[in-house]
Amino acid sequence: MIDRRHIGHALPAFTVPVEAGRLRFFAKATGNSDAVYIDAAVARDAGHPALPVPPTFFFCLEMDQPNPAAMRDLLGIDYRRLLHGEQHFRYHAMAYAGDSLRFEPRIADIYAKKGGALEFVRRETTVTNQHGALVAELTCVTVVRHG
Amino acid sequence: MAELRYDDIAVGTELPPLQTEAISRLTLALYCGASGDHNPIHVDSDFARAAGMDDVFAHGMLVMATMARVVTGWVPQRAIRALNTRFVAITHVGDRITCSGSVVEKLAGRQVRLVLTAQDQSGAIKLAGEAIVELS
Repeated sequence: MIDRRHIGHALPAFTVPVEAGRLRFFAKATGNSDAVYIDAAVARDAGHPALPVPPTFFFCLEMDQPNPAAMRDLLGIDYRRLLHGEQHFRYHAMAYAGDSLRFEPRIADIYAKKGGALEFVRRETTVTNQHGALVAELTCVTVVRHG
Repeated sequence: MAELRYDDIAVGTELPPLQTEAISRLTLALYCGASGDHNPIHVDSDFARAAGMDDVFAHGMLVMATMARVVTGWVPQRAIRALNTRFVAITHVGDRITCSGSVVEKLAGRQVRLVLTAQDQSGAIKLAGEAIVELS
């Protein structure tokens, strides 16, 4: 069972750069042929200063932290027992290639279902840009399978 | 894209759906690299079997990226206020995913709530999502 004392724990904050090449690779990998996400000139014509960060890519940037296993290590969770249960995004401002985004994650809740056969960890992360503006709030619910 | 107006949108309006190619191991390898999600359970079949799975399977976030494209194909991304999903079932290699969406509620502040669904070729629901979009 995951120790409930970790509820409320702030995980290490980190800052990641948004790279244009990575955004183009993400567009290719997700089958996105919308030129706004691939061609900076088309993005500018659409009113963006640079290639925009697509809606779900914030989750990917959150994995670019120095220790992607920080939460698993803290909670003692085995990789093989993890499933992604839910993902929520709230958007406050657009983010673009060239931005530097600061992620501040915390463990918001840990709870069990099915008599403890499944445990859930809810992580909430705020994302701010290099100007200090709130860009997005992420909520990730991880499911841990026991037995 | 032509700007949608709140006053012109009715509950029941359907967004143009998207269908993926059959998800291959190459798709999963590309998404592993591009997303930064290096969990071997999605790309290493030996690891997946040792973890009790029959085979590698798709990242839920790969399917959610397609779900997001349904919305960004309908309104400019800056109109999206929220995007949420539950990962209901695992998406397997070979599945062809169809993502669809429809307007289910008109909210205050010129916002509408969309229900988004990702289904495989048999109609089985893989992701159950929703979005909040603010129109002009």
